[in-house]
Amino acid sequence: MTDFSDQIMGARRSPRIWRFRSLLWIPIPIVAIFFQVYSPMFLGYLSFLEAPLLVTVFFALTRREPISGLLAGCAIGLLQDAFSHNPIGMFGIAKSLVGYLAGSLSQRVDVDNLVIRFMAGFVFYFFHQFLYWALASALLSQKLAMDPVQTVVLSVLNALVAVPLFAALDKL
Amino acid sequence: MDNVISRYRNVTALVLVLGAQLLLLAYQVKRQQELTPMRVWAVTGFMPVARLLGFTRYYTIGAVERFANLTSAQSDNARLQVDLDRLKLENQFLKNQLSTADRGRALAMFQATSPHRLLAARVVGSSTAPGSRVLFLDRGRNNGVMKGMAVITPDGIAGRITSAQPSGSQLVLLTDMNFAAGVISEKGRVMGIAKGQGHASVLVDYVQNDDKVDLDEMFYTSGDDWIFPKGLPVGKVKVSRRGRGLFKEIFIDPTGLQRGLENVLILLEGVHQSVPPGVAVPAAGAEGGPAEPTSRIAPPLSPDTAQSAAGGGRQLPIDADQILNKYDQIGKSRGQRLGAGTAPDFSAVPPPPAPKQPKP
Repeated sequence: MTDFSDQIMGARRSPRIWRFRSLLWIPIPIVAIFFQVYSPMFLGYLSFLEAPLLVTVFFALTRREPISGLLAGCAIGLLQDAFSHNPIGMFGIAKSLVGYLAGSLSQRVDVDNLVIRFMAGFVFYFFHQFLYWALASALLSQKLAMDPVQTVVLSVLNALVAVPLFAALDKL
Repeated sequence: MDNVISRYRNVTALVLVLGAQLLLLAYQVKRQQELTPMRVWAVTGFMPVARLLGFTRYYTIGAVERFANLTSAQSDNARLQVDLDRLKLENQFLKNQLSTADRGRALAMFQATSPHRLLAARVVGSSTAPGSRVLFLDRGRNNGVMKGMAVITPDGIAGRITSAQPSGSQLVLLTDMNFAAGVISEKGRVMGIAKGQGHASVLVDYVQNDDKVDLDEMFYTSGDDWIFPKGLPVGKVKVSRRGRGLFKEIFIDPTGLQRGLENVLILLEGVHQSVPPGVAVPAAGAEGGPAEPTSRIAPPLSPDTAQSAAGGGRQLPIDADQILNKYDQIGKSRGQRLGAGTAPDFSAVPPPPAPKQPKP
């Protein structure tokens, strides 16, 4: 293995211990949800940001445990569903899967790496949007617009925000 | 079994969580019911926070935004004021263009359909004499304009020519104090003299107090002044009250001046073209001044003359003339004469006029 791959895979480093305080498990998702509800009204230029998803990914990556990521994603998704007009469970299913996959990924790669965080933000945003679109089409027969190019651009933007956001959350 | 579950713990948890949510979704879709309590709790919990956020935002970021808007409002106001002034000027210019085009079109239509021979003229200036209402026209003696000619607009009379130079002429408006014209009312056929008063209204004088003149009634030229042909609109009655002496006080609003005067029509030749016999036309230079040709038209024809003119002359008889002509024909067909003996049967149909014999 090369040095880079070793660094990515975390072969020479011991797994990072979760430093996130338990008390922050509740307020941070709530703030993220409120931001998602509140920002389109007054901060329209930030409406592209999927804050609950980024928080889900961050929780899942830092916990390094698929089930924790799964439960975090489920809780955040259901709370987000409560503020949407769709039946409850749509965001819950999508974010549960994202949390589970992010937790599984965190067991195999070094999630402290900025490139990994960027890539995680990009991939999981795209996956989340696609999954939501597929669920809406399959379960609710909704014909949502899915522009791949636009989704890719939004994925990049969310990934760019994810890197400093994760770094800021690391400090808490 | 426990070994299998612990081995596939993560996948099992995933399947359970996803399955539970799928069942939740299926329940909602199948029953067409929402989990209202969950939404109520969420929104109820969110509202105080949202109010707090709104309050904070209003007094922090909102205050800064309002202050920024206030400072930019001054520059916006100045810019908008400049735009407003420019648009006002443009609007005024376009209005003038439109008004000029409308007036020109109306004059052209009137000139084409009028029985008179008219000459269009443009107002090029006004007299410098204080209080006078005299305008200068760009048509003069070279164009056939003569002193005394009537000046009209499609809406009514405007005045008369008081002086005709080779290249221009002077028009005294009917609101000038030196202007007078014979008029007749629309309904009661009350005759009077319209006199300018030096302001917007025109006095109709010599109308008996007993005569009935209504408000908003129109006055037309009577043709008795030998200047204006009969039947041109003069003005609408604005004031009609009993006077102190014998005559009423009647003021009319001239209709010919209501739309402003930029273009007018000079009446070169009215319907009464020839000078009637017995009417002495003053010789040129008889008034002692320089010899200036004067235009005058004949007064309206008498009933006898109108009878002969009704057959195809240029005279346009009024309704009374036509009725008189009809009764006269009925009387003649029965050997009776109006005003002598028994009255003829006026309900009879008059005989058709005899065809004219072609001249050899």
